[in-house]
Order: sequence, then structure tokens, then C-alpha cells
Amino acid sequence: MREMIKMVVVLVILSSFSGGLLAAVRNSTKDKIELQQLTFVKGPAIKSILDGASNDPIVDRFNIEYEGGTASFYVGVFDGQPDRVAFESAGKGFGGDLGLMVGVDIKADKIIGVGVTTHSETPGIGSKAKTDPSFTRQFEGMDLIDSFQVKTDGGQVDAISGATITSRGVAFGVTQAGALYKALKPQIEAKLKEFK
Amino acid sequence: MAKSIAQEFTKGLWEEIPPFRLVLGLCPVLAVTKTVENGIGMGLATTFVLVCSNILVSSLRKIIPGKVRIACFIIIIATFVTVVELVMQAFTYPLFLKLGIFIPLIVVNCIVLGRSEAFAFKNGIVRSLADGLGIGIGFTLALASLGAVRELFGNGTLTIWETPIQIFGPSFQPFTFMVEAPGAFVCLGLMLCLMNLVGSK
Repeated sequence: MREMIKMVVVLVILSSFSGGLLAAVRNSTKDKIELQQLTFVKGPAIKSILDGASNDPIVDRFNIEYEGGTASFYVGVFDGQPDRVAFESAGKGFGGDLGLMVGVDIKADKIIGVGVTTHSETPGIGSKAKTDPSFTRQFEGMDLIDSFQVKTDGGQVDAISGATITSRGVAFGVTQAGALYKALKPQIEAKLKEFK
Repeated sequence: MAKSIAQEFTKGLWEEIPPFRLVLGLCPVLAVTKTVENGIGMGLATTFVLVCSNILVSSLRKIIPGKVRIACFIIIIATFVTVVELVMQAFTYPLFLKLGIFIPLIVVNCIVLGRSEAFAFKNGIVRSLADGLGIGIGFTLALASLGAVRELFGNGTLTIWETPIQIFGPSFQPFTFMVEAPGAFVCLGLMLCLMNLVGSK
């Protein structure tokens, strides 16, 4: 009996100590982590999609809550009009999740750019989705249709050679982004009006 | 047959160098050594966890009841791994992105649990520190060398501090097999073979 009590006491003390330490570390690193994510992951993609905007899209962002999550929208002001937004989407690649940033022109309902933010694809093959812009550039100027696919599946875009699965993942992510955009368009427009 | 503290440290560098001699912890060894930088980052993260958990396990070894020791080890290890994960996210974010899931997976790395169980639970704090440091640095060296070989032949570059350095020049045709999973096994096997050749003299 004594031994059992000792086991329980030791485990409880260890776990609570561990919990306390982790809470402290988490609290002190939280802001820094958010900042890092914005600069390293989303920042470059947002900047390249909303290139030439007269504002800072990372500062001028808003969130929309919907069934299933919260989406952040980054606003780009062009010629005094906040009519372009970039937001996140995701697909499944060869090595895991593919994070995407998709930019949309609200007036024309057209894609203005797609950028890969996070991925764990094979270096030199699937990683080209991020490093070689010629693949994602294919989406620029396309209408937001219901389904994007690579040409081997009868779709619209050429896959990266040797990385069909990665390319499919990106196309799927863009499809998802289109669906999200269509579902949230009224809210996005309302938020942009407030923005003016 | 008590070893000196220096011996406890140096045994991790050659005699018991983890992936090659103990053939433990192969999951991160094979998965993250696509570049030198990833290898070093993973190695250092593991070293930190190894040293901290060794010290704590060793200092608590008289308090921890034998029957629940594994559970206690896992709590201690998991705590330090989460600390590493948060700190890496805050300060070396690009590296954290590349290592991804393999950072949390240090928890189940057999090396860390193995050292707690086989060494730290039976030895004093200073010895455990030396052991953890030695095994950790050995692990880092192994990952870095494997990463260097794979990256050099697979991509023609060596990445240090986020900047890939071209070694073979632009005309080099990369042997991409090396950076893929089978290349990791072949490369590990060849390095094991080389170590045995040198060691058997």
C-alpha cells in the first residue's frame, strides 16, 4: 500500500512540475512564435502575391470565423482600392501537408497568385513547387472554377515533372481555397468595406 | 570496471556512437539527414534532451519508484522535448519547419529512453551528464556526416546556416537517389561498413 501511494505521489508531482514548466515556456515564447510564423512562412508568400500593394498586408489583416475554423485574410491595397486578398489553404503532398497562400482579386473573382508556404516534399523534386515559381504561376489569372487539376488528370495546369503528387496537392489546395472564398465572399466584402 | 568520467564522455563519440554502433534511433537518422544543417539541428536538439533528461533522471533516481520508472522517464523526456520544440519555433523557425514532426518524435527515440534506463537510473549526476553529452555529440556527428554525404552527392551542395554552398559547380548532375529514403539506407549501410573496416584493424 505504501509503495502504491508513493508511485502516485511521485507521478503526480512530476506531471504537475512538467505542466508548470511547459506553461511558463509556452507563455514566454508565444508572441515570438507568432511573429516567426508571419515572417518566415506566410510573409514571403503574401508579399509575392500582393506585390506592389501600397499597404502592408501583414498589418492589415482580418479574421473571419466560419464553421470549421478561422481564416485570416491579408488585404492588398492597389490604386487606393483594397480589392485583393490573400488567404491560406492546404493540400496533401508527397511528404505531408502542403501549406498554400492563395491571392484573389475580389472584383474579377480571379486568382492573382498562389504560393507554397510550408511543405515537406523531397528536396530538388517536390520542393520545386515552392522554389520554382513557374509551376504556381500557371494559376495566375485563372477564374475560380470548381475544381483545379493537373493535366494528366484532365485538368488545367502542367504538373512539375517527377512530382505529380505534389502538383496534385497544390491543385487540390487551390480548389479548396476557391470553395472557401466563394462561401465567405459576402463576409469578405463586408470586412473590406469597413476597411475603407 | 568503473570507467572514468572522461571515458564515459568519449565512449559516445566512437565506441558507442549511437546510430552506427548501437544502431538505435534510426528513424530521425534516416529521415532528416537530407542536408547537413538538418542533421546538425536534429543532433543538437536530441543532445539537449539527452543531457537534461539524464541529469534529472539521475538526480531523481532514489525517489522514482522502480515500477513506474518508465512512465517517469517519459514525462521527463516529453517535457524537455516540448521545451526544445517551443524554443526552436521561437528562435530557429526555418529549421523547425524542415525537421517538422521529427522534433516531437524525439520523445520516442530509443537513444534517449535507453540512456535513462540503462545509464542515468544507475549512475550519479556527473557521470550521467558526461554520458548524455557524449552520446548526444556522437549522435550529432553521425547525423552531420550522413547528411553531408547525402547532400553532397544528392544535391551537389552543403547547407550551412540557411545558405547552400555549391561544391561541384553548376554542371554537376545531382544523384537524387541519395536524398531519397532508399539512399539513406544505402548510405547508412556503407558508413557502417566503413566504420567496421577501420575498427577491425
